[in-house]
Order: sequence, then C-alpha cells, then structure tokens
Amino acid sequence: MLEKLESLYQEALGALDAISGGDALRDWELKYFGKKGGVTELVRSVGALPKEERAAFGKRANEVKTALEAAYAEREKLVGAMELAKDLEEGEVDVTLPGRPRATGGLHPATQTLREYARIWAKMGFQVYRSREVEDDDTNFQLLNFPPHHPARDMQDTFHTTKPNVLLRTHTSPGQIRAMRELGENGTKPIRVILPGMVYRYEQITARSEVQFNQVEGLAIGRNITMTDLKGTIAQFAREFYGADAAVRFRASYFPFTEPSMEVDVECFLCGGQGCRVCKYAGWLEISGAGMVHPVVLENGGYDPAVWSGFAFGMGPERATMLKHGITDIRYFWGNDLRFLEQF
Amino acid sequence: MKVPVIWLRDYVDIDVPIELLAERLTAAGIEVSHIEYIGLPQTFIEGIRWPISEHLVWDRDKLLLGAIREVKAHPNADRLVLAMVDYGGGELEQCVTGAPNLFEYKDKGTLPQPLWTAFAKEGAEVWDGHSDEPKRMILKEKALRGIPNRSMVCSEKELGISGEHDGVILFHDQPRASDGTPHLPGTPLQDVLGDIVLEVELTPNLARCFSVYGVAREVAALLDVPLRPPSFDVLMEGAGIAGDASIEIREPSLNPRFTLALLRNTTIQPSPEWMQRRLRLVEQRPINNVVDVTNYVTFEIGQPLHAFDYDKLRARAGGKAPKIITRLPEPGETLTTLDGVKRTLDPHNILVCDEAGVLSIGGIMGGAETEIDANTTTVLLEAASWNFINVRRSMGSQKLHTEAGARFSRGVHPSQALLGVRRGIELMRQTGGGQVAAGIVDEYPQPAEDVTVELPISEIHRLLGIAFTAEQAASLLARGGFGVMPEGDVLRVIVPDYRLDIGTGIIGQADIIEEIARIYGYKLIPDTLISDEIPSQYPNSAYAYEEQARDVLVALGLQEVISYRLTTPEREAQVTPPGLPSSLPLADYVTLANPIAPDKTVMRHSLLTSLLEVARGNARHADRQQVFEIGSIYLDRPRQELPDEPIRLGILLTGRRSAGEWIGETGGENVDFYDLKGVVEGLLHGLHVHGASYRRAAHTSFHPGRSALLSIQDVEIGTFGEIHPLVTAAFDLDDAPVYAAELDFEALLAFVDPLYTVAALPQTPPVLQDIALVVPDSTPAAEVERVIVRAGGDLLRNARLFDVYQGDPIPAGHKSLAYSLTYQTDERTLTDKEVARVHEKIVRAAERELGAKLRA
Ligand SMILES: [Zn+2]
Repeated sequence: MLEKLESLYQEALGALDAISGGDALRDWELKYFGKKGGVTELVRSVGALPKEERAAFGKRANEVKTALEAAYAEREKLVGAMELAKDLEEGEVDVTLPGRPRATGGLHPATQTLREYARIWAKMGFQVYRSREVEDDDTNFQLLNFPPHHPARDMQDTFHTTKPNVLLRTHTSPGQIRAMRELGENGTKPIRVILPGMVYRYEQITARSEVQFNQVEGLAIGRNITMTDLKGTIAQFAREFYGADAAVRFRASYFPFTEPSMEVDVECFLCGGQGCRVCKYAGWLEISGAGMVHPVVLENGGYDPAVWSGFAFGMGPERATMLKHGITDIRYFWGNDLRFLEQF
Repeated sequence: MKVPVIWLRDYVDIDVPIELLAERLTAAGIEVSHIEYIGLPQTFIEGIRWPISEHLVWDRDKLLLGAIREVKAHPNADRLVLAMVDYGGGELEQCVTGAPNLFEYKDKGTLPQPLWTAFAKEGAEVWDGHSDEPKRMILKEKALRGIPNRSMVCSEKELGISGEHDGVILFHDQPRASDGTPHLPGTPLQDVLGDIVLEVELTPNLARCFSVYGVAREVAALLDVPLRPPSFDVLMEGAGIAGDASIEIREPSLNPRFTLALLRNTTIQPSPEWMQRRLRLVEQRPINNVVDVTNYVTFEIGQPLHAFDYDKLRARAGGKAPKIITRLPEPGETLTTLDGVKRTLDPHNILVCDEAGVLSIGGIMGGAETEIDANTTTVLLEAASWNFINVRRSMGSQKLHTEAGARFSRGVHPSQALLGVRRGIELMRQTGGGQVAAGIVDEYPQPAEDVTVELPISEIHRLLGIAFTAEQAASLLARGGFGVMPEGDVLRVIVPDYRLDIGTGIIGQADIIEEIARIYGYKLIPDTLISDEIPSQYPNSAYAYEEQARDVLVALGLQEVISYRLTTPEREAQVTPPGLPSSLPLADYVTLANPIAPDKTVMRHSLLTSLLEVARGNARHADRQQVFEIGSIYLDRPRQELPDEPIRLGILLTGRRSAGEWIGETGGENVDFYDLKGVVEGLLHGLHVHGASYRRAAHTSFHPGRSALLSIQDVEIGTFGEIHPLVTAAFDLDDAPVYAAELDFEALLAFVDPLYTVAALPQTPPVLQDIALVVPDSTPAAEVERVIVRAGGDLLRNARLFDVYQGDPIPAGHKSLAYSLTYQTDERTLTDKEVARVHEKIVRAAERELGAKLRA
C-alpha cells in the first residue's frame, strides 16, 4: 500500500508538472482527488490495512495529500499566469469591425433648437408661453397694428379659413397680445416670455420656403425697458447661441407692431465674416427681427404706453439649424426621413 | 427699386465711396441688396463687405469717348465700314466695324455733327461681343479683309452695359458732365457712361423712398449734406387752361386731389439721350418724349403721371372742352387698358372718366383709346392722388401691377400731385416744344392738414435708453427734413408732408423717436441688460411634462418626428377601413379658404395619418421604424369662432425589434403588440402615472383583437395596438404589422404625479419563489395577477410575469402563466414556513377564483 501511495504521489507530481492549461488542471484534480480519484480511493482503503500499519500509512497519506494540494495550488497559479499571458498576446479582436448598434431614439432637430432657445432665454428670466395656431384676424393682424388691406399685410401671405375672420397665424406675434392679456393683469405686471410655435404662410413649398415653420417670439414688458436693453439682450443671446465671439449688428427695419424696428444680423460664423456662399458674401446672417413694442400694441395688451414699454423679437429656429449644420433644403424638416432625423 | 448713382448726384453731393453709402442706407432701413457697377471700379473699405463684382472695369487710358467724324466704305467688304474716330489724339483712328447702325452714314463725307461713341484703343479689355458666355478679350492689331485694324467702336455688350450687340453705342448729342460742361473726345469713358446702380429693397413704411429723389432725401439726412430738389418751375407761355378742361371729384376719400396741365403745339419725338439712358438704368423702355417724361417723373419724385391726347378727349366730348370725372363704376362697366386687356370693373375700382365713359383705372393704368400717339399735338397731363388702400385692393382684384400702382398703393401725399404736374409738363415742353397753357386745373376739395407731434425730451430717454439734449434731437430731426421748435422740455416737430408714415399723438411720438434713433445710427446706441424687475414666474407644467415625455420616449429608443399639420379629409379617411365608421373626432375640419396645394386643405384631426405616411415614406429604406410625435390636432367648435387645439401623442412601431447587427441575426423578429405596450408602460413609468388599466378597444383604425384602450383611473386616454390590416394595406405597409398609439396627451398629463414617493431599500433578504398557473385562454393576465396580489397580502412584495406557455402538456384551450414572486417584509427575515403558508394561500385562491391549476 505504501509503495502504491509513493508511486501514485510521484505519478501525480509528474503529471502536474506537465500541465499547462486550465482544463488539464481540472482533469488532474478529478483523477487524483475526485470521488473516485486515486488519492481519495487510497485514503479510503486505509481500513483494509492491518491495524498497526494504519497510523503510519495515514500519516504518510496526509503528507502526500497536503504536498499534492500545495503543488496543485502552485501549478494553478502558474497555469493562470500562462493563460493570461497567452490571452494578452493572442486574444485580439478585429477592432475595425463595427460595434453592435444600439437602438437609440432622438429628438427632432426643431425640438433640439427650440430647447436651446428656451434654455438660453430662461437664464435671462424669459418663460415659455404657448398660444394657439388657428387665430382670428384681430389678434394676428389688427391688434398688432396691421389695419385691413394695409400694405404691411403683403409681407405675410396668409392662409385664411372658410370661417370669416379665422386664419392660420402667420407669426407667433399674436401670442404677444394673448400673453399681455393673460399675464399682465390689466397692464399692471411686467412680463418676460418667449413664445415658440408653428406658424403658417401661404407659400409654395421649395428648398427655401415652407408652408409651416417654427418661430420663437420674445416679449419683455416693464416700466423701464429701453432700446439699449433690447440691443444688449439680443447680443447676449447671440453670444450664447452662436459663440462667445459672435458680433451682431442692428439695422433699421419695419414691422407694424414694433417701433423702432430692426433686423439683427450675426457675423457669419461659417466664414468669420469674410464672405461665403451661405452669407451671400455679405459676412452677415439675419437672425432676428426685433423692436420696441409699438404703443398701439401695448395699449391693445392692456398697458398704458405712457408708463410701460417693452421689446419684442422673433427668431427662426429652423433657419438657425440649417445654418449651423449646413442644411440646404428646408423641406427636410417635415419630410421625416429617418435618414435625416437620425443624424442629429 | 434701382437707383442710379449718377441720377442721385443731381440732388445730393456724395462725398463717400458708394459702398459706404450703401452700408449707411442699409443700416438705416433702406436695404441695398445689390450694387451694380457699370465700368467703374469697386472700392474696398475696411470693415464693409460687399460681394466681389465680376464686372468689367473700363481702363481710363484705353476706353475713351470717341467722335466719329466720317464713315467710309470698306474697299473689300460690303458688310464692313471704316469709322474715322477722333479720340483726342492727333489723327483720326480708323476702326473697321460691321455695326449696322453706322451704314446710313457711309460715304457721306465728313459728318456735319460727329457721332459720339465708345472707343476702345489697342490693348483695351472688353467683353467678347460674339460669345454667348461672358468672355473677356484684349484688343490686338488684326487686319480685317485686308485693312489693318487695332481698335474698335464698342457695343453695349462689349462694355458690359447690356446684352445689346446689334450696333455700336451712338449719341447724336455731345455728352455733358452733370454740371453741363461738354465732354471732349478722349474723355475716359468711365466719366461719361460709368455708373453705379443701387438695388434698393423698400419695406412698406418707405413709400417716401420709392423714387430717386426720395432716396436722395435719405442720403442727405444720413450723410448730413444739403439736398437740391429738382426744379418745379414751368414756363407758361400759352393761353390759359381755364375753359379747356375741368375736373369733378365724386369720391374725395378715394381721390383727394386731381390736377391737370396742358401743352399745346408740341411734337412727339424720341426723348433726349440722357433721359433715355436714365430710364434704361431703371429698366424702363424709352418710347417717346411724352411717355418717357411721365415715367421719368414717376421714378424721379415718386409721383406717377398720366398723359392724354387732348384732341381725342375733345372729340369724345363732341368738340367741347372735356370734363374729367373721377368716380366709381356703373354696374358692368368695362375698360380696355393700355396692356390691351378688356376689363370688367369691380365696384371699388376708382376711375378716371369723361362724360363719354371710362378713361383709366385711377392710379393704376390708363385706357388705350386716349393714349398718346405719333400724331398727338396737344397733351393733357394728369397728376392725381389716390387712396392707397383702395389702389392696393384694385391692383389685387384686377391683377394689374404697374409702376404707378406700386407707388400709389404704398401712399403718395396729395402735395406731390402739384409738384408732379409742374415737373412733368415742363419736361414735356423742353423735350417736345410747344407752349404750356397758363395755369393748372387743381381740384383738392379737402386739403390734408399738416401733422405736428409734441415730443417730451424725456420720452426719448425712456424708450431709447440714451439721453439726448433738445438741441441734439432737433438737429437729428432737421437732417431728416422735420421742422423742429423746442418749447422747454418739449419738441414741437412739424412733419414734412411726404412722411405719410408718421402718425399723431403717442404713435407720432414713437415714430419721431424711431427717426431720431435711425438718423443717429442704431450702431451708436449702447448695449445694456434689462435692469427692470424680473416678473414673477408662473407654473408651466404642461410644457415641462411635454418635454419630459419626449425625453422618456427618446430613452425608450423612439425617434421624434414632426409632420405637416395640414392634410385633407381624404388622407385622414384612409385610416378607417372601407365600410366601417370612423373613430376619428367628429368635429368639423378647420378648412382653408385658399389652399396652396391639393394635399393640404384642412388642419388635421389625428396624428395617425401622418404617422402612417411617415412609415410609408421610410419603408423603402428602413426595416425598423420606431417614432413618436407630440402635437396639436384642430377641432372646430360649433358656435365658437376658434377651434380647440388639443395636444395628442402618437407612437408608431413597425419592422424589426432591434437595430440590425452583423453578428448572428439582423435585428431579430418584428415588433408585436407587447413591444408597443412596453413603450406605453415605459412612458407611464417615466411620467410617474399610476392606475393604468387596459381593455379591448373599439377604435376602427385598429385590429379589434390586438388593440387596447388605455385608461388611467377610469379616464380614457387613448387607443394603441396593431393598425387594422386593411388600413396598413391602404398605406402600402404590407411587409410587417404596424403598431401605433394615439393618446390624449392633456388627459394623460392630469395624472402626472411630480411628488411621487420613493421606497426605502429593504433591510431584509427577499424570498423568491416561482408559480405557474394553468388557466383557460380567455382569462386575462391582469385578472390572474389581481388574484395573486390580493391573496399574497402584505408579505408578497412583487409578482412579475416571466413566461406564457401554450401547448403540450398544457391542455388545449388553456395557457400557463408563470410568475416570479418576491416575498419580503421590512420587519423581519421571513421563515420558510411563513412563505409556504402565503404561497399555499395564493394557489388556493387561484384555484377557487380562476379555476386555475398549479402546473406540475
Ligand atoms: Zn459667410
């Protein structure tokens, strides 16, 4: 028995030394220490020995078992290190194969830009106020100082509905009247809102013109609001939206509902103002129409224009998005081609 | 509108580069959209950008004014002549040319009056007159049919003035400088024909700038230089006009003023070359001196004129003095206008008539019958003023756009009529000869009053934010042509009559303040941030939740779409299978009175149509679509003017469940009902909406067996499920089933709970056990779950369905629902015995209430 134990011990040690992989290691463990393993069976057969030999055999068997276990542990460490080294050396993947696509969603680019506007204006105290899209002629035009048949109405080609006096709003400006009347508490409270939303124009759909598009109107009413505030506030917006260096210029213009009225240009960020195809070689891009709220409009909103003043501005988020991302066809926005939308 | 700078210089001295002037005009609201150069070089100024112009700059040494002294025959060619040109050098230069407009002077010897022309010396750069594409060329010596030739006389095309190449430039009158001194042969052509033309865009408030002189007024104000008005003096040598014509105004609100002047014994002839040239620069075709003068004065001062052949009027009046009557039409009255169109007049078209009938549509276009022709000897000249809104309406209803109408429809002050008739009749006399009758017939029943605005100086500061002194403000306004009288702290501002855009009272104050800012320069006004108080903020939860819903749906893997709100009833009808009643809102449509496209006539009632159209559009290139839209629908309301605009949430899923990949499967199976329900549940979870229940839907756009009605606490929110196969077929979406939802978003938002409670993390271990119950097919899962949860009581923390199985060994007509049950209580660790007791209770309840059997 003892000889058998010693020869098994030598055999097991020899076998262990030859092992270089994890699978062989597990096989070795099973072979010598498993339920029917060699060492296990020998230890179990101790009962078959004469009583006086049992102690010596048992002692030796324990020594062998401990020694083999230690050798196994050492070998296991060595094999682990060898396998790691092998994996580090050879276990490469083709990093140029594409990743597994994740099914991600996305916001429509118009929503993304509207959020950007809302975020910037919120910092300056302007809250979002939403107002209806199907409007009456009074709110869309007359209360904004566009008399019937006035040439200024030619500036906005209008969709009329079959109900007299009802039209699709041509701009978000009727929201000015609604905001003043709802939030102004009969002309006693200051207001700072932006009015984002869809507007409609009677225009042929082309790469450059659409029947519907978003506008973001802004309105600030207070007891002490001036044209210098308007200039400073819009310049501040431009720096946030177009970059810290964005230069703006203000040109006189005309809108019936503001006076003084102006167009706001930002220095073309595509060419740095040097002139390019997008800015039509002018170095400037139109970003907003703006002005001081016309006294008639203040009055129609419930404010006394001798005490209150304010400014308003309107911006086109789709156009801003087009400029920023080099989009040349406005029809992409409502075309809902996933190949377009998924690029944002 | 085109503004030739050479014409502008008649009225104002421009001492800055034109590019700078254009910038100043643009900044002041008179937008210069384009600068066209004729022969002159572009100036580049630091800080001002204009597109680089590709025009030909005329070489001052090589492109010169020439005088053709003689035209000789070419010895070898009938189609060529030899022009002998004096260009200020010692000898005449011989130019070989085929210009047809020189042939009539061939072999006439030395011409008594030279023909003035554009002469190009050897080495000059010109456009190639024979090339269809713009192509430059340099003149080189080259013999033409045996005669040496090194220079040429030029056509307008060769100089880049126009496309004209049928002949060379010829003037019979010696060209003169603006101060009247004649140009000599050899003068650089730049100084004779060179010009810059500004293209100006006019907003509706700028009626006063709809003429060269009108723009000159702005230039004078902006550059702070004096203005030189044109002369309105008339040499009246003829017998008085009284007795030869009279006027009756029947609608003074539509025709406030009407004036007439008479020119006798005149000759209709071509107008002088300088006038023709200016008219061409503003894109008017010269016709004869009388017609040209009416156009010239229109473009010069903005007052349109109309010339009648007086003898034709007299003939219509049976030989008596004609009486001009302005009035509205009789029913059915017609007029054949100068464009040859016979028009039935609208009731609001104000007319110029005589006692025999209609002569013109007032302020827009004259009639053919009384127009000037080659034999006219007596001209009756009309200058009137018209109500601008009426003219605008008439132009619209008659679809008639003219230069006169364009001006009258923006507004021309009645004062301008008298100026126009004086300027016009004198220019006609100067260009055609004859005698102007003494006096002007002038009907002006209700003269317009002068406008005066009282402006407290403090108002300027209140609105602009900068403090001007009374003197500063007065001087800015004086530059703009306003009369200003300071009275203490108030400016009395007298508004020039042509400023129809300036109102009275508080509006007038705003108008005047704008003028101060504009003339001062917006650029110089400083920037500040609002110092006024920040208004109190109001809750805006509908907007916030809408944005939150977008974020949740994006996180669930959906792409947002935004569709046209305009559709047609026919397009929307496609979402209902033929023969079934529609489940879309019953309201009337908001219908366009003037649709621009046949597929966009009404405002939508539903998002389903646009979502299905999106799916159809993308089907060609996408085998997986998962999209949503949040937006309004528009429901007409009886007895209310404006419609309801409730917000709807639409979702559409179709095609592969996951994005395609290169390892193994490409995106797996198609989505089914439960993918969509997962999105709906995910949305409710993300918005913290509780209390959802689902039952079979009755929406005809959906598959009746695979669609559900979502309710929250018994409020119906909307339907979701598989789109009816007949509907998907109608949208050509046959490849895979389409799942969609349309929810009443505002109803849903009422259940959003922003103050939801978050449970503490458990301190005790859970005990997990599975249970599989076999129930009849018809038993809804929600019912099984309800029974489990109720029987489980407080110790059952969670029951989650993880398997639904049908088939062997489950008996036919039955299904096995397997739930993973979590037992847990915060007070203590549960014993096996406690759990076994509750589990047993659940099994018994299921057996008793559902007839369920525990699956072996
Ligand atoms: Zn640019």
